[in-house]
Amino acid sequence: MDTTAPGWRVETRTTASTVFAGVLGLAVAMAVVAPLFVSRGTVQNLFFILTMLVLAQSWNMLAGFAGLVSVGQQAFVGFGAYAMFACVILFKLDPLAAIGLSGVAAALLAALTSRFLFRLHGAYFAIGSWVIAEVVRLLLAQWKALGGGTGTSLPTGVTREMWGVGAVGHLFGLRPAQATDVVCYWLALVLAIVTIGFVYRLLRSRQGLALAAVRDNQEAARSIGVDARGLKTFVYLAAAFLTGLVGALIYVQKARISPDAAFSVVDWTAYVIFIVVIGGIGTIEGPIIGVLVFFLLQNMLADYGSWYLLVLGLIGIIVMLFAPQGLWGLFANRSGIQFFPVRRMLRGGPISIKCKGGPHG
Amino acid sequence: MALLETRALTATYGDFQALFGVDMTLDAGETVAVVGANGAGKTTLMRSIAGVLRNGSDQIRFDDEPIGTLPAPEVIARGIAMVPEGRKLFPSLSVEENLLIGRYGRAVEGPWSLNAIYDLFPVLKDRRNSPGTALSGGQQQMVAIGRALISNPRVLLCDEISLGLAPIVIRDIYATFPRIRASGASIVIVEQDIGQALRVADRLYCLMEGRVTLEGPPAALSREAIHAAYFGASRS
Amino acid sequence: MNWLDTIIQGVLLGGLYALFAAGLSLVFGIMRLVNLAHGDLIVLAAFLILALVTALGLNPFLATLVAIPIMFGLGWLLQSQLLNRTLGPDILPPLLVTFGLSIVIQNALLEGFSADSRRITVGPLESATFALGTINIGVMPLLTFLSSVAVIIGLNQLFYRTSLGRAFRATSDDRITAGLMGVRPDRIFATATGIAMVVVTVAALYLGTRANFDPTIGPARLIYAFEAVIIGGLGSLWGTLAGGVIIGVAQTLGAAVNPEWQILSGHIAFLAVLLFKPRGLFPRSAE
Repeated sequence: MDTTAPGWRVETRTTASTVFAGVLGLAVAMAVVAPLFVSRGTVQNLFFILTMLVLAQSWNMLAGFAGLVSVGQQAFVGFGAYAMFACVILFKLDPLAAIGLSGVAAALLAALTSRFLFRLHGAYFAIGSWVIAEVVRLLLAQWKALGGGTGTSLPTGVTREMWGVGAVGHLFGLRPAQATDVVCYWLALVLAIVTIGFVYRLLRSRQGLALAAVRDNQEAARSIGVDARGLKTFVYLAAAFLTGLVGALIYVQKARISPDAAFSVVDWTAYVIFIVVIGGIGTIEGPIIGVLVFFLLQNMLADYGSWYLLVLGLIGIIVMLFAPQGLWGLFANRSGIQFFPVRRMLRGGPISIKCKGGPHG
Repeated sequence: MALLETRALTATYGDFQALFGVDMTLDAGETVAVVGANGAGKTTLMRSIAGVLRNGSDQIRFDDEPIGTLPAPEVIARGIAMVPEGRKLFPSLSVEENLLIGRYGRAVEGPWSLNAIYDLFPVLKDRRNSPGTALSGGQQQMVAIGRALISNPRVLLCDEISLGLAPIVIRDIYATFPRIRASGASIVIVEQDIGQALRVADRLYCLMEGRVTLEGPPAALSREAIHAAYFGASRS
Repeated sequence: MNWLDTIIQGVLLGGLYALFAAGLSLVFGIMRLVNLAHGDLIVLAAFLILALVTALGLNPFLATLVAIPIMFGLGWLLQSQLLNRTLGPDILPPLLVTFGLSIVIQNALLEGFSADSRRITVGPLESATFALGTINIGVMPLLTFLSSVAVIIGLNQLFYRTSLGRAFRATSDDRITAGLMGVRPDRIFATATGIAMVVVTVAALYLGTRANFDPTIGPARLIYAFEAVIIGGLGSLWGTLAGGVIIGVAQTLGAAVNPEWQILSGHIAFLAVLLFKPRGLFPRSAE
């Protein structure tokens, strides 16, 4: 038997993804200059969309790619925000520096909590993550220097004197408060790009392939040498880092914090889960779609109080039961299109294999 | 009219087809054996009849009623009880509870009461409160058979009851078959041990790769014919 | 601080937490499902009892008896129509659907009953106490604890002495072979959730009479229930009672030192057990 099989390659690039890459570059360029052309209200809305997107991509990385369903990521939003407040109020640091440190602080918290949390699995992991968030909230509510149970505000003017705000105000003729919004917006944009880039690179790497194996069948993956525990810890810490960063950023913009708000299950977990589920869990495109749908829904229903959450909950349940791949999944399954190509395909090489002889002649 | 019959029975696991048009009949009072190599489709056949697998409605008929699409709970309610491959006792239940649960889906008066089962397999009575899985392989097989019998079935399906058991234990278990037959049950056994199958069956079916390759009463089948049907045409 | 008094209060409080947890433990044992809306269902039952008391002028205990079959039916429908569809190899659907259900129930209650705090009154019983030596024991807390013991005894009887209980255990072991015995998994699961809702209703009575409640307190009850189950060990109802008592005692001891530390103390006790005995104190050996 003589077989020739030269030139096989593993690739991920598709036509759609190449086109999309171009579109994406254009979109990012437009996003960068947007603040110069749109109203302050729009900048704040975009800030909200981008920060929710970061939270959604992080949660998606945890639950959709690593199979770690956490209902307690608000722990890192709150802890990152409080770390930032502590740095600014107690150590007199610049808020931007504080944001960076907050990410690190959140990652350290994750390193500690993972020791407890990884003893639990499935639904118990989920509730355990919620318990951890509650513990962190209750502990921080005891910290009188940061306002205890009622919370506190950033000292007046601190955000106006942040690095870059003065320059931006000068360059574009903006008042300090507006310049702060713009700087925060740009930071959010950078964070969103970094997050998506990180997740994309992770999925295309060998670690990403190993991660998929762990999610599908942990024992089988371990039997071929995958360090499941190490991988999951890495993803958990990375998600905490990103979540802590964005939590700190959000609260720089808000400038006022309280334990109940910073650790709110609804704001930082329920909304995020719905975004990812409705958009499409386990894909990079899904959370992007989800955030846009969520934003539109929120604008339409904001005046209806608890009806809004009720509707969101019902939509989430219906999507999970009947379209578990989400909106993006419905589209992608029919069209086979991937904008962020992570599916590995075997390309090149000849179709036929010459074969002589064999059991049947 | 046959008590139980399959007509052109097909079964698939996703993309993989395991049975290709199997015709089999079981008359009242008969013992029928199904033999074949691993992967021939014997267990698939049993699971199809028992309702674990769903098939075409008319492909399986019991008492002239189509049962191919019925789920397992409805099949046992009609009087077809299975002794599954691998015994499959419930670890959370004691021996006696394992026996009693056989009656859950079909509580019909008949010869097989709990005491009658203990009479058939006396060693179980001493171990009645032990966890089901703490027994030896042979004893577990007795529990599995008792669990099926306690529903007073009209058809008993026995899937590979000799698997993993010592020859003397197998002999002891099959020695109880005359009593089971005498109580009115018709039996289908799946066996890898052809000798045992020939000794106990009225008729034999041989399966290979999902098809019936031979059938008939043991007396009419030569060793060469069985060998050929079991393993397929010899390859040079 | 009177140590003995504090500990006894904690033990009695543990009875309430055990009631929260028993339903959760039952459902998880049979179908490996954790209902994230469990706490909200307790609150829903409390509102149901309140509505029956207000609308029909019933005594709360009678109202509970009326509420029990209603909640059983609700649980049966919930499982058979919604939750049975989520069961399968993937852990995401049951988690996310029950999480969504939690949000839906909370907000439906907010719309229906507003965010006001409510209370179910039992008149003089509320503050009735009797003396045991130097300790004063509240009648309602004692009743709560005795009810939790009665419920656990009842559930164990059901599990180990009845045909249905055998079916529960068999289904939990091996769903397919249980089907061969005539056990229909869908119906078994629905019955199990129905029974869990009966326990939830009893828990709701004692929740609603003990302290004020409002539509948003569900998640905290879920957490206490979950902690009690984990501390006790999966598969053991008496273990769940022990878990509830440990959390209750930790909370009352913490509160005695500083009232702001009550809830935190319970969580810390949970984390301590999780760190040193991850499978709980009395795990079923088969797990």
